Amino acid sequence: MSFNNLDTLYRQVIMDHYKNPRNRGTFDGEDYLSVDMNNPTCGDRIHLQLQVEDGKVTDARFEGEGCSISMSSASMMTQAIKGKTIDEAVKLSNLFSDMIQGKKVDTEGLNIGDIQALEGVSKFPARVKCATLAWKAMEKGVGEESKE
Amino acid sequence: MDVKEIQKDFPILNQEINGHPLVYLDSAATSQKPLPVIEKLNEYYSMHNSNVHRGVHTLGNRATEGYEGAREKVRRFIHAKSTKEIIFTRGTTTSINTVAYSYARTNLTEGDEIVLTPMEHHSNIIPWQQTAKAVGAQLKYLPLQSDGTISLDAVEKTISDRTKIVAMGHVSNVLGTINPIKEVAEIAHRNGAIILVDGAQSTPHKRIDVQDLDCDFYTFSGHKMCGPSGVGVLYGKKEFLENMEPVEFGGEMIDFVGLYDSTWKELPWKFEGGTPIIAGAIGLGAAIDYLEDIGLENIDKHEQELAAYALEQFQTIDGAEVYGPKDRAGLVTFNLDGIHPHDVATVLDQEGIAVRAGHHCAQPLMKWLNVTATARASFYLYNTKEDIDILVTGLQKTKEFFGDVF
Repeated sequence: MSFNNLDTLYRQVIMDHYKNPRNRGTFDGEDYLSVDMNNPTCGDRIHLQLQVEDGKVTDARFEGEGCSISMSSASMMTQAIKGKTIDEAVKLSNLFSDMIQGKKVDTEGLNIGDIQALEGVSKFPARVKCATLAWKAMEKGVGEESKE
Repeated sequence: MDVKEIQKDFPILNQEINGHPLVYLDSAATSQKPLPVIEKLNEYYSMHNSNVHRGVHTLGNRATEGYEGAREKVRRFIHAKSTKEIIFTRGTTTSINTVAYSYARTNLTEGDEIVLTPMEHHSNIIPWQQTAKAVGAQLKYLPLQSDGTISLDAVEKTISDRTKIVAMGHVSNVLGTINPIKEVAEIAHRNGAIILVDGAQSTPHKRIDVQDLDCDFYTFSGHKMCGPSGVGVLYGKKEFLENMEPVEFGGEMIDFVGLYDSTWKELPWKFEGGTPIIAGAIGLGAAIDYLEDIGLENIDKHEQELAAYALEQFQTIDGAEVYGPKDRAGLVTFNLDGIHPHDVATVLDQEGIAVRAGHHCAQPLMKWLNVTATARASFYLYNTKEDIDILVTGLQKTKEFFGDVF
């Protein structure tokens, strides 16, 4: 069976995040901000919760429904932004967005970890929106936070 | 009906996608276009293009004849009484919105009811939600039976003397359910209501007789029936259309224009403000000729066979869930256990198979099915049992692939 293209999309690490999502769930208490976002053309949705202290994302959780790409991306995103400042998180989101649109990105000095696995999405334009959903939710969340 | 010969009429089908011959199973979203339609559009723009109903010149006459000739073809195709009842629109969505704005907002008042089904496409829900909000009317939904059909008993119970409009799809774009329009129309009329039918999924595949169905409005799109995109039809009984105000005002639809007041042309032109969809209508006319040549009965029968075959084949796939009734139009909506439909569609695409994945513009129905999304394979006159075999093999491979990576 030749699924070479598919193997670049559905990397092992992506499937691992899909099957065993990190940071899935919700916080107790009220000490967090939350964002709901959906992809109206396909029905994917995410409920993202962020804890932000002194301009830094200290913790993140999510709930949602969607395909392997959108849910694994959400899992990776929550992992990646923990401990980052709002600026760093937004920068990472921009870099991610460039990466999956097939643009050249400079990841030197950045520990982007598992996120790199989603690079293959760039070969599947129809799936770019799946991958960016969680990141857009995060940007919206921290954007509102930094306005306050 | 020789499907292999028919396939030759559709140049787009003769190509490879991702190294495999294209298997197009998304005709419920939009159909492919046969050569006679493509050539007709080419001929119109190459030879006859002009504006209609105004030029004295020869091209103006040809364009007008082509455009009005297409209207007569549509009239004959759906068995309407008069071409006055055939309005060219941008598509089903515009047709429904026209009735919602022009008819419903003036004829409905507070406490009136609009009856819908939960299987409607968004375009046959939202215009009525907006109307209901604007005039204070109530939306009422017919209950679905467990197989995704409606019972006439429920229709009798739901429609009351406060019901003014019943709006219903002829064929569900998700379940393939074929609704009993004629019977529902009778019940609606007995209660003093009118009925609007969303025929987007029926007109491409079935012989439609609006007089026999006795529906008051019937709507459909050209692009799902081998015609170009951007053209559709609003059929309405003359007695209603005559008393309705236009929704769009401007050139082409006027009789006299003064500084402070104007009057409208007669039907059907009063609803066709601005330069009309000339090429689109002519292309739709060519599509009708093409479909009538093959015969709607033949197309319908072919698709029923494909649907029955597909249902049978899907039973061989472990973990495949199929939604909708046994008796259905030519489409199969399904899910593979544990694999999201987007992922299914991406794998199938790698095999050259085009299916739709998502909520199919039917979010309330997804909720009723208790799923967020589904995959859908839909058939048309150019599809074969072989296409379904390829789909089933593709789905087996999808399962293998995700079985491997998990």
